[in-house]
Formats: sequence, structure tokens, C-alpha cells
Amino acid sequence: MSLQTTSSQTIGPYLHIGTTWLVTQDLTAPGVTGERIAIDGRVLDGDGKPVIDALVEIWQANAHGRYAHPEDTRDLPLEAGFTGFGRSQTDEQGRFRFTTIKPGRVPGADGRLQAPHLNVTIFMRGILKHLITRMYFPDDPANATDPVLGLVPEARRGTLVARRTKPGVLAWEVILQGDGETVFFEC
Amino acid sequence: MATTPPRPPAGYRKPDRGTQPDYLFPPYASTVKRSPSHPLVLLPTSLSEATGPLFGFERIRANDFDLTKQHSGAPIGERIVVTGRVLDANAKPVANTLVEIWQANAAGRYPHKRDNHDAPTDPNFTGAGRTLTDSEGRYRFVTIRPGEYPWRNHYNAWRPAHIHFSLFGPAFATRLVTQMYFPGDPLLEYDPMYMSIPDERARRRLVSAFDWETTIPETALGYKWDIVLRGREETPMDNDVLPA
Repeated sequence: MSLQTTSSQTIGPYLHIGTTWLVTQDLTAPGVTGERIAIDGRVLDGDGKPVIDALVEIWQANAHGRYAHPEDTRDLPLEAGFTGFGRSQTDEQGRFRFTTIKPGRVPGADGRLQAPHLNVTIFMRGILKHLITRMYFPDDPANATDPVLGLVPEARRGTLVARRTKPGVLAWEVILQGDGETVFFEC
Repeated sequence: MATTPPRPPAGYRKPDRGTQPDYLFPPYASTVKRSPSHPLVLLPTSLSEATGPLFGFERIRANDFDLTKQHSGAPIGERIVVTGRVLDANAKPVANTLVEIWQANAAGRYPHKRDNHDAPTDPNFTGAGRTLTDSEGRYRFVTIRPGEYPWRNHYNAWRPAHIHFSLFGPAFATRLVTQMYFPGDPLLEYDPMYMSIPDERARRRLVSAFDWETTIPETALGYKWDIVLRGREETPMDNDVLPA
């Protein structure tokens, strides 16, 4: 039997009422291993104006490259206190923030290892169907052979890679439209 | 224990043409500067998309499913019960999955700093709920019927009564945020959000149905609304008999 998937609708401007309870900007906990990173994100619209009402969620593997999910059956350690889920809401400057760890490498669809990345979903007023993108880490040699970055035209790959602004701090802009438009995916 | 040999996870079926809105839909003005102009890049399914966050009961409180019991008094408005099942596109129930809802009060007002509609707030109504589906994929909320409200998208624009729903499902690929509407609402055909879905039958599936069975005598009207998340692409099932 086959059913039609329910249509998506916008999260609207009042998303905070229903989603604030699960805001999780710090994914780390004592004992969680891996390189700590702070992410200073920003969401900008087609006029370069900050998007003040976006919900940004991340999903990632732990430092060993293992997802805390039953479908990831590889023999790699899970870590108590690290779920891999983060949720942040943009502020009046369009900024969102996460504190997390750099994930390990996870195999891609073809079995080759992917470069460390965060899986990102973005919701907002004016977006009828959530945006899917990824954030990669600067100066990681694995980026050069990442199977997903390889699907993206070279000139646009940089939109998926964060910038290091100081030790342990990454900046990443999500540009919805126009010059420097971020690459968005369908999965 | 040996590492399981890498085998690509089964993908998730794409929704049928016309059943999902496009990003750019100019009648909904906010899409004009927020919609991507480049085509989406197709992402093959890896563990990154086939896994996703799972939530348990630890953060859900007893009254989170009953929006009429979250304050000292009863909210103003018509009490309703909203029930349904969360299924996947293969008609399998999606058990133990988080469902988040939020909505306006009976006067069509949100308790939100950016809602300046001149209608009363209700100190006994926040308008947010959450629950986990049971083993059959069922969910149930008790709330009040939300009011319609004006917005400034176009001249004399009014949103039909709706409840916002947010669901995760089993994987990153199954995330869904949508809105549930009410049967017989004359505002639906004027609503750019609702009308952004090209397929009329898909639009109608966002409209709940009055349900006598779940209506509580003397207390609350029942509305039923099933939600379908994306389903796995065809893979041999454990109980399928494969040809020799």
C-alpha cells in the first residue's frame, strides 16, 4: 500500500511558541570527546538582510563518526551525553549559534568516506518547504575527496565550508538567494 | 565484533509531483526574497540522511498534550480534540516520534512579541503542545479551536484557522513542518500558503475531518488528521517470500 506524503507548509513567524522548548545550542557535555567548536552562523535573504525568524537544526555524528541512531550499526563507540541534535533560532541580527564537536567521518552513499560535516535544516516564514544544506570544516584535507562536495559545481562549494575566525570558532553564512547563494540539497 | 560491511542505506521516496510547494510562490510575498534561485542538488542517501534525532519521554511533561490545562484557568474558546495517526508513505505507522504543535488562541492572537494583531491575548492559553506517537503511530491533543487572523501579505488577507505541526520521523530525510486546517473554512481558497500546493487533492489532505467517534459528549468536538511522512524506497521486507 502506498500513501501520498503530507505537503509541507511554512513554519511561519511565530515558530518560537512551539519550538523554543527544544532549543539545544550546546551539544557537548562533560566526557564527550572531540575537538570543541563554536559556530557563529548567520542567515541572510536575497537583499542581504538578516533573517530574524529562522529555525536552524543540525544533525551530526560524534567524534568517532558514529550516529546515535539504530540504523548506524557500525562497530564504533557511542558516547553518553551526545545525541548529535542541535536547534537554534536566529536573533535580530540573523545570527544562530552552536557549540559542538567536530564529527568524525561517515561513509557516503557509495561507501567512500565523507569529510566531516553537519547536516542542516532551515525553516522560516517565506520558506514553504524546509531547506537542506551541509556545513563542512575549513582546511580539512578530506573536503577535496568528499563525494557530496564533488556533486556541487566547484565555484559554489565554498558556500558549504565555514571560515575559521579564531581558534575553535567558525563563522558560516547561509545566503538564501543571489550572490554567494548557499547550495541547498534535496535528499 | 566485526564492523558491518558498508551497504548503502535505502533511500526515501520522493513525494509525487505537485504535492509539495515550490520555494518561489509570489502570491506569498515572503517567498520572493527568501527562495533559492539555483536548482537543488540531489543528495544520494548515506547514513547522514538515513539517521536522525530520536526523542524520548524525558522532556515531555504530563500536560504537554493538553493545551487547555497548562495554566490555572481554562482558556476561552471551543474545546477540541485533535487525533490522528502518523504513517509513512508505505502505510506503516511511525511509532514513538515527536509531534510538536503551536497555534493562535480563540481570538486569532499569538502570545508573541511580533504579533500586533488587535485581538485579546488569553492568560490561560500559550498555544504550544507536544507528544510522542504510540506504538500504532497515534497522537492526541486537547486544545481550543484557533481563530482566523489578518496578515499583511496582500489587501484584506486572513489566514484560515490552522494548527502548526512539526514532526521528525525516523531519519533526517523524514523531517516535516506543516499546518493542519479545519473543514469548511471559506478562507482556504484565498490563502496563498494553502494554495502554494499545486495538487488540489494534496491540499485537501491538509484539512482535518470532523470526527464523531473522538468527540467527547458535552465537552469537546473531535477532529481527525492523519500525517504521512516519506517512506523508504522499495526494499525486500523480512517477511517477503523471495523467489528461489
